[in-house]
Amino acid sequence: MSTRTATIGSTVGLHARPAAIFVKAASEVQVPVTIATVDGSPVPANSMIAVMALGAKHGDEVILTADGEGADDALDTLAELLARDLDAEASS
Amino acid sequence: MTVAQGIGVSAGIAFGPIVVVGSPITPPADEAPTADAENKIRHAFAAVASDLESRIAHVDDTAAGILSATAMLARDPSLVDGAIARAKAGNGPATAIDGATREFMDQFEALGGYFAERATDLRDVGDRAIAAILDHPAPGVPTLQGECVLVAHDLAPAETATLDRTKVLGIITEAGGRTSHTAILAAQMEIPAVVKLAEAAHLHDGDLVMVDGDAGTVHLDPTEETVTQHRARVDRRKSVLASSTGLGMTRDGKQVKLLANIGGVEDATIAAGSGVEGVGLFRTEFVFLSASSAPSVDEQAEIYRQVFSPFTGQRVVVRTLDAGADKPLPFANLGVEENPALGRRGLRLSAERPELLDAQLEAISIAAKDTGADAWVMAPMVADAQEAAWFARRVRENGLGTVGVMIEVPSAALRAHHVMAEVDFGSLGTNDLAQYTMAADRMQGELAELLDPWQPAVLDVVAAASAGASVNGKPMGVCGESAGDPLMALVLAGLGISSLSMAPSRVPLVRFALSQHTFAQCARLAHLARSARTPYDGREAVNAACDPELASIL
Repeated sequence: MSTRTATIGSTVGLHARPAAIFVKAASEVQVPVTIATVDGSPVPANSMIAVMALGAKHGDEVILTADGEGADDALDTLAELLARDLDAEASS
Repeated sequence: MTVAQGIGVSAGIAFGPIVVVGSPITPPADEAPTADAENKIRHAFAAVASDLESRIAHVDDTAAGILSATAMLARDPSLVDGAIARAKAGNGPATAIDGATREFMDQFEALGGYFAERATDLRDVGDRAIAAILDHPAPGVPTLQGECVLVAHDLAPAETATLDRTKVLGIITEAGGRTSHTAILAAQMEIPAVVKLAEAAHLHDGDLVMVDGDAGTVHLDPTEETVTQHRARVDRRKSVLASSTGLGMTRDGKQVKLLANIGGVEDATIAAGSGVEGVGLFRTEFVFLSASSAPSVDEQAEIYRQVFSPFTGQRVVVRTLDAGADKPLPFANLGVEENPALGRRGLRLSAERPELLDAQLEAISIAAKDTGADAWVMAPMVADAQEAAWFARRVRENGLGTVGVMIEVPSAALRAHHVMAEVDFGSLGTNDLAQYTMAADRMQGELAELLDPWQPAVLDVVAAASAGASVNGKPMGVCGESAGDPLMALVLAGLGISSLSMAPSRVPLVRFALSQHTFAQCARLAHLARSARTPYDGREAVNAACDPELASIL
């Protein structure tokens, strides 16, 4: 079992476009990944609905978890994605 | 001819016959469970997603973004698995989809704001999947034969995005809000639109209507003359407003600052680009409402920095946390109250939990230093001079130089002479002031007439507050909805109000109204409004006595 802690870099928080970009990336990795807020229970990272309902805001920490072959690589990619300001990138 | 009032979200006049957008079908009440429900549900959602995705290539970027976001919901494992789980528990497949859709919609609606409006996207996906299961045509806009005005309960984003703008002259919805998809897209596509129109449900195919996207009204069966007049008025207004720029002042040069009401980072960005002279009301509730524990000083400072940064050197009036029994916070819950509007809310809550207030003041102070914004801080729900003094001391101890109070309790207005001596400025919250003056609950739609800001008694209370401020040589502003009404703005200026804070979109018309009148004329209009017997009489008297050029574009 691997985990990563990431800080939300998107100024609008993890909803709208940033959530869509993250969920799409999470659907494309080879292992199932979960995402949780610091004091919440983990939800599937490939579900837009579940990810938006986390209500993670700019600067919040989230915990990514995955298991199996390629888990570490997948988590590195996704954690790095979360740390960026995806909304600013998407609109530019 | 009857006229119905909604919220105008996209300017312009549209006139044409109604086409009602097809309503979604509800699953049959006695739908039987089937053995292959899992397969059916997966197929239905996949078909919905493919259909939406197939349309992406034919629309512009904004519409494509919305279509792909909606398609993403249709492929969402939480939604699909949720429906399958319900089918396995004994529901029929369409019922299962409906149940899962509602479950997630409830979650979104509970989160409020942005999320509540995304609940419409989910409903759309659910309805399309239900139609697919039951082998019905997808709900939505029928094939249009000619030019028309669309009427819907709420237009799903996928529908709005793919509208044929050569045929759709106007849009009316029963639900929705200023920031709903319909509002955003209609404005972008320059289709006149009115949302939140209660009467929308009573409109039928073929009814002739005129949509006035500026006034937010819908005229049923208008005369040709009405339509021509409205079109001419809209054109005049457009050209007048295009030339309305600069500082707010009366014709003889008395300044009335025109400021923006904002509720978050996004609002701040929009306001900064709209030519306002600063922020007159920054509601900080959003910083707290979605948090499960009290946000730290650092977390708050970061948010305030983002809000302040477009306003370096300009005034930003921050209202400290306004919560209470009706807007409960998980970390500052004082329990259920019989009358939350009269209970421990606003400053009264801060008095019970001063550590929350101190953390907020510290964060505001840090953000103000970092950004160079001129942060003014004011407390909500101040009732007397002692409360004002208590708040002022705490704010100044936190290194903030300019402290004020909201005047929304009549007692504070009537005793403004003493209240204002304790602070540097005051700001009238006319919505709550009307509620407390007229003893009429703001949440009771039936009491709207009592809550009219033109109620002469409310204006008397405003006048008392303004006089109390002026005795002390302190500025008194208005930050309620009424500040954005151009006629009321003249009355307020005439009562000595020195700043008006409103939705930025209202600023150009108010600026124009002020520029057409001297201060003495404003004072005369204020006298007319206060002399009236009823709110209606007051507004009519001011409308009749104001500058004809202004009246002609209202």
